[in-house]
Amino acid sequence: MASVSEIVTRPQERVHVAKWLKKNLFSSWFNTLLTVLSLALMYTVLSQLLTWIVTVANWRVITVNLRLFMVGTYPLDQTWRLWFCVAIGMTLLGLSWGIWPRVVSRVAIVYGAALLLLALAPFGVVTRIWLAGCGGLVFVGMFVGRRMPYVGRWVALAWFGFLPLMLILMRGFGAFLPVVPTRQWGGLQLTLVLAITGIAFSFPLGVLLAIGRRSPLPAISLCCTLYIELIRAVPLITVLFMFQIMLPLFIPGGESFDRIIRAIVAFTLFTAAYIAENVRGGLQAIPRGQFEAARALGLNPFLTMSFIILPQALRIVIPANVGQFISLFKDTSLVVIAALLDLLGIGRSVLAQSEFLGLQTEVLLFVAAVYWICTFSMSYISKRLEQTLGGGNR
Amino acid sequence: MTPVSSRPPFWRNVRILAILGQVAFVLVVAVVAGILYANVTSGMRRLGIVGGFDFMNQTAGFDIGVRPIPYRPSDTYWRAFQVGVVNTLLVSILGIVLATLLGLLIGIAQLSSNWLVARLAQSYVVIVRHVPVLVQLFFWYQAVFLRLPRVQNAIALPGPIYLSNKGLTMVGFTTTPSTTWWIGFIFVGILGAVLVWHWLKRHQECTGQQAPRFLISLLIVAASAIIGWLVLATSPLELTIPERRGLNYRGGFELTPEYAALLVGLVIYTASFIAEIVRAGIQGVSKGQKEAARALGLRGSQSLRLVILPQALRIIIPPTTSQYLNLAKNSSLAIAIGYPDLFSVSRTIMNQTAQTVPMVGLIMMSYLIISLITSVFMNFYNRSVRLVER
Repeated sequence: MASVSEIVTRPQERVHVAKWLKKNLFSSWFNTLLTVLSLALMYTVLSQLLTWIVTVANWRVITVNLRLFMVGTYPLDQTWRLWFCVAIGMTLLGLSWGIWPRVVSRVAIVYGAALLLLALAPFGVVTRIWLAGCGGLVFVGMFVGRRMPYVGRWVALAWFGFLPLMLILMRGFGAFLPVVPTRQWGGLQLTLVLAITGIAFSFPLGVLLAIGRRSPLPAISLCCTLYIELIRAVPLITVLFMFQIMLPLFIPGGESFDRIIRAIVAFTLFTAAYIAENVRGGLQAIPRGQFEAARALGLNPFLTMSFIILPQALRIVIPANVGQFISLFKDTSLVVIAALLDLLGIGRSVLAQSEFLGLQTEVLLFVAAVYWICTFSMSYISKRLEQTLGGGNR
Repeated sequence: MTPVSSRPPFWRNVRILAILGQVAFVLVVAVVAGILYANVTSGMRRLGIVGGFDFMNQTAGFDIGVRPIPYRPSDTYWRAFQVGVVNTLLVSILGIVLATLLGLLIGIAQLSSNWLVARLAQSYVVIVRHVPVLVQLFFWYQAVFLRLPRVQNAIALPGPIYLSNKGLTMVGFTTTPSTTWWIGFIFVGILGAVLVWHWLKRHQECTGQQAPRFLISLLIVAASAIIGWLVLATSPLELTIPERRGLNYRGGFELTPEYAALLVGLVIYTASFIAEIVRAGIQGVSKGQKEAARALGLRGSQSLRLVILPQALRIIIPPTTSQYLNLAKNSSLAIAIGYPDLFSVSRTIMNQTAQTVPMVGLIMMSYLIISLITSVFMNFYNRSVRLVER
């Protein structure tokens, strides 16, 4: 064994531009050809796209309707409630940045900086104050989190508590917060509500289904397997559609159910089947010895599951499940077909206004960009999380 | 195991508890299902809907824009449903083939030694896979295919291929009576090519002499096709060249903008996922394999084709299967851009007949069957590339 001092570090290579170019772009005639072709492709696409964005595109359709895109027809005097949710979310993000810098730092920096930059844009004064405040809270949270790393557990819990708080704030109650009916929810706000609630409800159901599928009791495992396989075989749109159209048939008086709740139930039931398959993979990866050791300690099956098996199994399947959540986030756009006004739905209704006819490219690109920002930051955090967790295991 | 001498009382006996638990579970499931069933039947009675599939034999009365199989509005609902199923299959099968090719290409390009190519491929994947497929479908349909110039000033590509807001029009073929014979000739050619391929392979295994097997087989097929064309009295296929007649094209082969948008959108979206799978698969093959291939004197393309890909396939195929299933399921989004697929046609039938329950059952069954067939086929293929273990 070599002692630490004997380990020789790799000699630093000096990077020469010419050498680097030769090695990475022009190493053979074929590579040169590829480089030239790629450059030509990049030039045509980028130059046309940039020219279009700067000169041709009519971005007024976005700036005029920005409020619609973000919060739908949420009442103007109640918007502070949404801003308050954003502020809490950003504080939590900042705290997480201070506590787990390796996982969330870049996303938090980008979000905080973006909010501060947006505060410079010509919005109304109130909006700019909120934007600057939310952006500032990210950095304040970071400083607090760095000083007090021991609050990590509480921050994690607060993330879970965020969901019910957010829903209560949005919906309102009693005399203090007037109730805002869900049909006034819309835009990015509705997309986030659908995605977050769908995620929160589908995860426990998925874990139950996975345990049920692996149950030694044939009746339970058969039922769970049937459910999982049936749901996985059909497109999400059929499930959504079933709940939008057929619920009144199945449950008398089902017409009175909120359409958004119907969509959430559909997303939950659909995603749970996929989560169940991911979790089952994690359960199968736990060595038999763990079960046997738990049994030798005298734990009953319930305690074995909750204290020995699940904590290990769920940790393995974090990346797969985050992937599932990202696809749920993207799939929330399907509620357009059920005529709900989420981000994409607002985009389509804006396009139906006679003032903005024919601006599909602008609207769709904007909507795509917003979706991209959300999903990409989720997948970036998941990648960092995977690296951090993986590093701990090895 | 449990001591037999001191048997626990039955309410603590694990075996009896297990049975009781299952009975209770099944009872709960059955009761819930029964209540739902009762509600549905009473609800249907209230709305005056008769159950069963008899309504499917009534006249459909609506037209379908894309009909790969003959269909008239006077046909039955069954026929309309069949048209929908064929439309779904048409877009799914072609989509799967194209997405595989594009995904493979981009997956390999992601690992290219050319820095620029690798970065371009990676940006493609990062951009495309994070945007919802429905947004992409709307984009392709509304912002690309419907924005193409009108038929009068269609973009003419060599071929001739015309791109206009009526879709893509290109040279097509019509069959003649001798087509079947010609296909027979090609079939014989393929059979011969397979035999020669195997003979050459054995020859190489015995003697070590290499022959361009692929090229020879291809030549045999081509030769039999040409001979067939010359031998047959009438030419087996007739070209129809599209001609503009007013606001439409006459003749030629046409792809509607809906089909084109759906196909392009699904292919581009699914290819980004397949590309990631391919990249992970290739990176999953141990580095020593590549070095060993190099040491044996194989060129870059040869080592990829003969050493890396066969091993990577084992990692690639299972997740790719689920991507294929996703593509088939995502094709149901056709309803958003007006392509008459299985779901969209069923939706029209439901609107006309109010028979939601049997139709939803039928839709689910159809997708279930499509998924099952794809899985069975891919599992069969997976078994053939799997590592042969002792």
